[in-house]
Amino acid sequence: MDFQLTDEQALVRHSAREYAERSLLPRAAQRDRDGTFPEAELRELAELGMLGVNVDDELGGSGAGSLAYALAMEEIARGDASVAVAVGVTNMVAELIAAYGSDAQRAAHVPRLTGGAYLCGSFALSEPQAGSDPASMQTSAEKTSAGWRITGTKQWISHGDRAGLIVVWAVTNKGAGHRGITAFIVRGGAPGLTVSRGEEKMGLRGSTTVQLSLEGVEVPDDDVLVGPGRGFGLAMAALDGGRIGIAAQALGIARGAFESALRYASEREQFGAPIAQHQAIGGMLADGATSLDAARLLTHRAAWLKGAGRPFSREAAMAKLLATERALRVCDDAIQIHGGYGYTRDFPVERAYRDARAAPIYEGTSQIQRLVIARHLLKAVG
Amino acid sequence: MNFDLTEEQRLLQKTARDFAEKEVLPRAHEIDRDHRHPAELVSRMAELGLLGVAVPEEEGGAGMDHVSYILAMEEVSRACASTGVIMSVNNSLVCDPISRFGTEAQKRQFLAPLAAGQKLGCFALSEPGAGSDAAAQTTTATRRGEEWVLSGTKNWITNGPVADVSVLFAMNDRDKGHRGITAFIVPMDTPGVSCSAPDDKLGIRGSKSCQIFLDDVRLGADAVLGEVGGGFKVAMSTLDGGRIGIAAQAVGIARAALEDALHYAAERTTFGKRIAEHQAIQQKLADMATEIDAARLLTLRAAHQKDRGERYGKAAAMAKLYAADVANRAAREGIQIFGGNGYVTEFPAERHFRDAKITEIYEGTSEIQRLVITNHLLAEIA
Repeated sequence: MDFQLTDEQALVRHSAREYAERSLLPRAAQRDRDGTFPEAELRELAELGMLGVNVDDELGGSGAGSLAYALAMEEIARGDASVAVAVGVTNMVAELIAAYGSDAQRAAHVPRLTGGAYLCGSFALSEPQAGSDPASMQTSAEKTSAGWRITGTKQWISHGDRAGLIVVWAVTNKGAGHRGITAFIVRGGAPGLTVSRGEEKMGLRGSTTVQLSLEGVEVPDDDVLVGPGRGFGLAMAALDGGRIGIAAQALGIARGAFESALRYASEREQFGAPIAQHQAIGGMLADGATSLDAARLLTHRAAWLKGAGRPFSREAAMAKLLATERALRVCDDAIQIHGGYGYTRDFPVERAYRDARAAPIYEGTSQIQRLVIARHLLKAVG
Repeated sequence: MNFDLTEEQRLLQKTARDFAEKEVLPRAHEIDRDHRHPAELVSRMAELGLLGVAVPEEEGGAGMDHVSYILAMEEVSRACASTGVIMSVNNSLVCDPISRFGTEAQKRQFLAPLAAGQKLGCFALSEPGAGSDAAAQTTTATRRGEEWVLSGTKNWITNGPVADVSVLFAMNDRDKGHRGITAFIVPMDTPGVSCSAPDDKLGIRGSKSCQIFLDDVRLGADAVLGEVGGGFKVAMSTLDGGRIGIAAQAVGIARAALEDALHYAAERTTFGKRIAEHQAIQQKLADMATEIDAARLLTLRAAHQKDRGERYGKAAAMAKLYAADVANRAAREGIQIFGGNGYVTEFPAERHFRDAKITEIYEGTSEIQRLVITNHLLAEIA
């Protein structure tokens, strides 16, 4: 047992924190208000190695491991949760292709994802009628002489209008259920690929979320990411890792809100004393700090297991469940501690509250995480 | 970071688990029902080195680290919370302060037999009028020539009725407030020391606690533990360590609630399937398992910090606050999963519920833990 970070991990965290404080935090409120996509920021983050923290150096990544990735995500999300969405999905897609792609796919795409040439990567699994139940997807791909032709609609695609590369899941064998799903690499701007709808969201407003229509998008055989039929397993494995990223994102958002509340409570005086010294407020701060530490330890454990090449699906689900649920609570309490000011845009906690609300939903709702965890528990008792 | 246990830690965990499953668990129901002090289990713990786990070998202990200690505490408490607290008081509240503050002579005379389990200890700080406000001591220590004379009443003294030795606090200079408190080592057979009938408690009924009456108890100058006037520091630093032990006890109780409920849910059938297959039950089991893992990690982190010689007061308070909360929630949900069977003494769920409650109260209530944490948070930003 050792809870110390390695030098490399500490360095990645430091570098992400510095960047977040210097370049993200000062304009995060503005981006939220205007719905500005953080294009310049993503290019800078690519230069810092933040788009492939857990991707090998030879593919353009930092090669710093999964735990370093979780540390970086927390810092970036503390700076701006919207930026963290783009960073998180891009890391996930880069890792996915690095781990499962052919040599040619790896060489062609991973350095462009990590280096910022693609700006960001997208993950197109959900559909209007297939959210928690992704195996019920309708998008299909039919074989052509030159490759595949994909038709369907994908929903809730983070920055799907900006990404240079999108991993798209489609049914290639209809009667085979989740065994009939294939994953494809689709270029942003491919003919037949259009943005059919942009969502207006309560939070994460610096990140776009779109519906993508695929109307006969042609994909060569070389762009099949994993062989027909193995796509579903790939999506599940990617989401296991993605959940660590979302847990870290939730931690970062909540930590920002918590730090703001702590600062405010130590300065704001009522009844002749800083409100932090009133037990009613102090207790909320103590609970917030405790739950953040608890959730962070679960997140780091899952990341560490992933880095060690061990099973981590149960632990990632636990990390996401606790981190995202507790983040909401911490943000809610942060508003409460700020009183009326917390309800205004003059303070960052209302944005944190709106940003955090997505975390228990995407990459598997809390209810789905609990089912994943329960399945593991039951396996243990037979 | 490394979440693996060392070989030595794993070995002690296994030793404690084997002992707990084979010898403690089969007796737990009867110990609770009969309010019986499990003397035979205390002897066995002595043989296994569980009563002075982190005391150096040269001082008569097992010479292991605090991570090992809390792993063993969890295992014993998972089987029987009463046996767990007997162990924790002897380790954390008696051996630990004598090891840290005792003279060589005190260590030879008291620590060696306590750590070996030949003698059992208790920690006498609370009074009828001094619980959370420990500095409000009214027990007095008066110097008469070379001697100290102690008078007063101590309250809630766990192990009191069965202890051979107490670490006991008294006020030697009322004008100095908490700087006027001194710690003493008091053999329980010293003339003038007597005990009330054991407390009749909601839970941990196999753990005997009582009032201790001190009626002109005469002690030599060598009975002072630490410095005259340094008793409050002895008490507070000891409770920091004690909280890790109680956190581990709470994790053990929570685990008992989960494991028992999980086995029950895997067998009990309603609406044509095992209740573990109903999502309503799965959601509960998943929350319990997640929070237990988080509580354990907070506890291990605090123990690890203590082992490294770092300041661990905040981490210990977080661990205890969170673990006690988790134990109570898990025990409540455990009963719910058992349904009516959870409400009868034929099944262990109701015992876990009764046992869990004390973890939010002793060695600093949850409210006091929050004050401790808040004070640390405010000091960090000051």
